[in-house]
Order: sequence, then C-alpha cells, then structure tokens
Amino acid sequence: MKLLVIEDDRDAASFIEKGFSEAGHTVHVCFDGGSGYIFAETGRYDVIIVDRMLPVRDGLSIVTELRSRGIDTPALILSALGQVDDRITGLKAGGDDYLTKPYSFAELLARAEVLARRRSNTAQQTFYEVNGLKLERLSNLVSRNGIEITLQPREFRLLEYLMARAGQVVTRTMLLEGVWDLHFDPQTNVIDVHVSRLRSKIETGFDNPILLTVRGRGYMIKA
Amino acid sequence: MLFLGLFFVASVGLVFYVTSLSTKMIEGQAKSAIDQQLDSLEQAFERAGIPGLIRFVDREARQPGAHLYLIADQAGRILSGNVMDIEAGVLDRSGWAEKPFIYSRFGEGDDIRFKAIAQVLRLPNGLTLLVGRDLSEPERFRAIVRQALTIALGFMTLGALLIWLLVGRGALKRIDGVSLESRRIIAGDLSRRLPVGHSGDEFDRLASSLNGLLSRIELLDKGVRDVSNNVAHDLKTPLTRLQARTENALSGVKKISQLRAALQSNLEDTEGLIKTFNAILTISKLEAGSILPNRQMQPVNPIVLDVVELLEPIAEEKGVVLSFQESTNLELLLNRELIAQAVLNLIENALNHAGPDNQKIDVAIVAKDIGQVGLIVSDSGLGIPDALKKAAVERFVRLDESRSKSGTGLGLSLVKAIAEAHGGSFHLEDNEPGLKAIIYLPTA
Repeated sequence: MKLLVIEDDRDAASFIEKGFSEAGHTVHVCFDGGSGYIFAETGRYDVIIVDRMLPVRDGLSIVTELRSRGIDTPALILSALGQVDDRITGLKAGGDDYLTKPYSFAELLARAEVLARRRSNTAQQTFYEVNGLKLERLSNLVSRNGIEITLQPREFRLLEYLMARAGQVVTRTMLLEGVWDLHFDPQTNVIDVHVSRLRSKIETGFDNPILLTVRGRGYMIKA
Repeated sequence: MLFLGLFFVASVGLVFYVTSLSTKMIEGQAKSAIDQQLDSLEQAFERAGIPGLIRFVDREARQPGAHLYLIADQAGRILSGNVMDIEAGVLDRSGWAEKPFIYSRFGEGDDIRFKAIAQVLRLPNGLTLLVGRDLSEPERFRAIVRQALTIALGFMTLGALLIWLLVGRGALKRIDGVSLESRRIIAGDLSRRLPVGHSGDEFDRLASSLNGLLSRIELLDKGVRDVSNNVAHDLKTPLTRLQARTENALSGVKKISQLRAALQSNLEDTEGLIKTFNAILTISKLEAGSILPNRQMQPVNPIVLDVVELLEPIAEEKGVVLSFQESTNLELLLNRELIAQAVLNLIENALNHAGPDNQKIDVAIVAKDIGQVGLIVSDSGLGIPDALKKAAVERFVRLDESRSKSGTGLGLSLVKAIAEAHGGSFHLEDNEPGLKAIIYLPTA
C-alpha cells in the first residue's frame, strides 16, 4: 500500500518509514502540515498517518479539510494527547483511528493495514467465509467445513472482528477496542485468554490451525 | 490623602458656585423690578411732565421698603429722592450701572452705607433720574448661605478626615499585613496564612477564602511532591535496569540470541514504564479537574457486566468463582470508560490477591442509602489489615514490600480518583475474611 506520513519529529518519521518499507509498503514523508496537506489532497494514498501537532497547520485541520473536500483516504491520527476526550475529538474531526504516543510500531502497522483494507470494502458484511470457516451475522451461525460451532455472543463478535480482517494482523488493543469498546491497556492477559478459548472452539477436531498468533504483534485469521 | 484634598477643593468650588449663582439670580430680579418701576415713572411723566414725575418720585420714595430714587441736576446736586449720598461716577453714565455701587440713605445715619444696583436716565431738561434697588438684603442672604455652606462643608471635611483616620488607615494597615504575608508565601513558605480578624467583616471573609485557597494549593503541592518522590522511585528502578541491560549488551562480543533477549527484556520494561506513566497522567488529570464534564446518563449494569465478562475466563483459569449480582434499572451520570477501568482494576486486584483455593469474588451493584449507589467488589482473599487500608489507596503503595508482583501500584489510587471525579468516594472494608472495595457514586 501507499502511505503518506505527516510527522515533524524526523526520528519518529524515519522509524515509521523504515518499518513500513520493510513490511513492503511505499512511504512518502512530509515534515509539516502545509506540504502534508498538499500531498494528501491528491488522494493518491491508501492511508494517511498524521501527527496531531505539526508546524504550519495542525493534523486535525488537515483531516477536516480533506473530508470537506470529499477526499476519504483513511486517516490515522497520532497524538501525545491520550485522554478519552482527545480521542473523541480526533475521530470527530474525520480521523478513522487514533493512536497515542508512545505507541509500538507493531500496533501502528496493524492499524494502518486494516485501515487500507477497510477502504476497499467499507460496507459491513453479513457473511464471511474463510478457509471453510463460515460466519453468518444475521442468524448467528458459525460452522467449519459444514460442522456447526456454538459460540458465546462475545466469542461470536471476536470471531467476526477477526474474520472481517482475515489475512491481517490484529493487535490485542485493537480487539479490546473493537470487541469490548474499552480503550485502555488491561494489566492482565485477558485478550489472550479469550482468544485461546475461541481458538479451542474453532480448531479442536480440525486438522489445520486457522487462528494464528503472530509473535510480538497479535492475532490473525489465516486467509 | 489625595482624595481628601480633592474633596476639599470641590467643596470650596461648590460654595462659590452656589453663592455666585444666587447673586446673579437676585440681581436679575432687582433689574426686572427696576424696569417695572421705570414703566410707571414714564407714565407719570407722560401724564404730568417733570413736576408730575417729581411728585411721583417724592411719594414713592417715602414708602417703606421703597426703591431708590434720585433726581439730580446737571451739576450732580441731588434735588429729590431718598438717596443722601452716592458713589462718585455712578450718575455720569446713563443706562445700567454695571456693578453694584455704594450709597447712603436719608434717615439711616451717615456711616451706614449700602450696596445697590440702579438704572440712570437723562431727562429732557438736563436732569438725571436714577431708579435703583437696594442689594444689602440679598447680599446678607448670600453671606449667610456662604457661611452656612462653609461650615457644613468644613464639618464634612473634618468628618472625612476622621473616617480616613479611623477606617481607611485601619483598612490600609490590614491590606499591608496581607501583602506582607503574601510576600512570605510567594517566597516559598506555603504553610503561612493570611491574618484573619475577629470582626467577620468583608476583609476577614476575603482572608479566610484566600486561606482556603492556600490550603488547597498546599495540598496539591504536597501531592505533586509525593508523586515526584514516588515517580522517582518507581520509574528509576526499571530505567536503571534498562540502562544496565543495554550497557551490558553493547559491551564485549555477544551472540545474536543474547542481544535479542536483551532487547526483548528492554521492550517489556519500556511497556511497563509507559503503563505506569499513563496511569500517573490519568490520575493527575482526574485529580486536577473538579468533576468530569463528559458524562452521560446511562445504566450502570452493562458496564460492570462487560468487565465481569471480560475477566471471567481469567478467573476461571485461576480457579476463582467470579459472580455478579446484577441490578437492571439503575441509571447514573457516568463516564463509561473510566467506570469500566475502575471496576476492572478492582476485579484484577482481587484476582491478583486471591488465595490458593476455593476463592470467590462477588461483584454487586447496590442502591445504598438515598442518593448513593455502591459498586462493590468483595473477595475472600487475605484482605488488608485496617491499619494499612488507607495506605493501600495511596499512589505507588504496594503492600507486598518485595514489589515482586506485577502492577504499577497505582490501581487503587486510580479507582479513588475515578470515584471522586464522579463526585463519589472509594472505601475499603473488611469482608471477614477478605477485602470489600466499594465505589460510592451519587445518583443525582
């Protein structure tokens, strides 16, 4: 995917650039809000990663103006402001995701990849099928290779979240936000426990693993 | 003192203004009376000529309280009228005598002289006629008014001086006292307080409010200092580890696997530091503000249920029975995120301190007294001795001195900050055995 990174901290920008390049993506970096907006306005990027506080013009105003001009490139806002209100302000300004500094690169990569993919199929699907695993949202049915699997409501939502992003890494924080709507880091390994429960239900009795643990990053449904 | 001077100048000005105004008014009245009289004289002259005029003047002049009349010949000798002597020069010009002049009157003695205003006319046969009005009466009146005003204003000035001496100087002295104390406080001694008198007047009330303000500042200052001490202690430990491990990794020849292990440990320490740091920031932000603005009226049950559900598998892994006594219809003004965080901290805390076997954790929402709802998390673990319950809520306090267990030591202080930011409170009680943690939230 093609990324536009607008970040005035040159060290941070070069880490981001290096990381995304190593993951096989193309990165263009701008160091201030003015030039950042000019590049973003072309609409040629799959994801824009924009710092909230920038020289020339701030990140939120860039995103707001892009949206008002009908440019809907997914935008991920980076910020040192991490209170609940700050995140809501960021999302209201037209941002699609919000990440608080300091963040781990794995988190940023996973979120940017998910945003880029979401652009191609924005509508929420009612039916997912990956490698013989089927999930029907309306009838709450899950089956693998035709064998029905019974899930708790929360496990169902967890699986749905993962299947909607099949082939992409999803971090623990993303799961806590997306499935439980909680925006903080639990001190314990709650998410791991939930995922391993789900895994035992969808993998027990089947040959190949489908819910993978990506070390140091998160989880992924094998596409 | 400046105000006193201004007041004095203004009052003197007032006296002059009032008296000169009254003089002008009186002179105006006198002039119009003279004009009237001249009209009558003109009629008398038209009817009977000069003799008639002289007769009229003689008659009028003898009446009590009469105008002043004078008929003089060309040489200036007084022929008729009630004026005995007159200031020189008054008769030389016809028309209005512009300024009040001095004259003396028949029957009043030589040395009594009066002020008057008059109009002088030349008669066709060379005689001069003067009709005037005595001004001594209004002059006296003016003098009396001036005197009265002067005395009154004199008393007022004196009064103002007294008031300044008694009240103003007292107030200034007190303000001086306040500024002296303020300077000491600014110099860094936050334990000092402004002097408060016993009268309970505006000054005392102001001083006590400011003292209240100072107490709050002192408390916050102490909090900041405690935190910095604790931050220093709790952040320095992992930072020291990071430094040592990095130095060690850089020195000498190491295998890739060793370097990776060191980096992995560094990453874990960094993550721990960030968590601690975020917790500190959240607590400070909650404690600095008064009451959270972004709260919504919402049922409390689903929030607690979400958290219980989130942690249920962990409890099960640990062999702890986690039960939730639901309460369906309680709506409170809440920040969902923070309440969830608080309940999560309490349950995680209970899970961390669960004993080896047959443990249970009960979560309940109870409409306590009127106007209060309690979120209760009780466990059957080891509990906390009464003497340490207060300390347990303090920032960075971990009751196991070894600090071997995970956690930032901020969990319970965050809960307390969240409860207080909702206008509620946080308490630890004995569950006999175990610990009962209660968040009280106001219903209104």
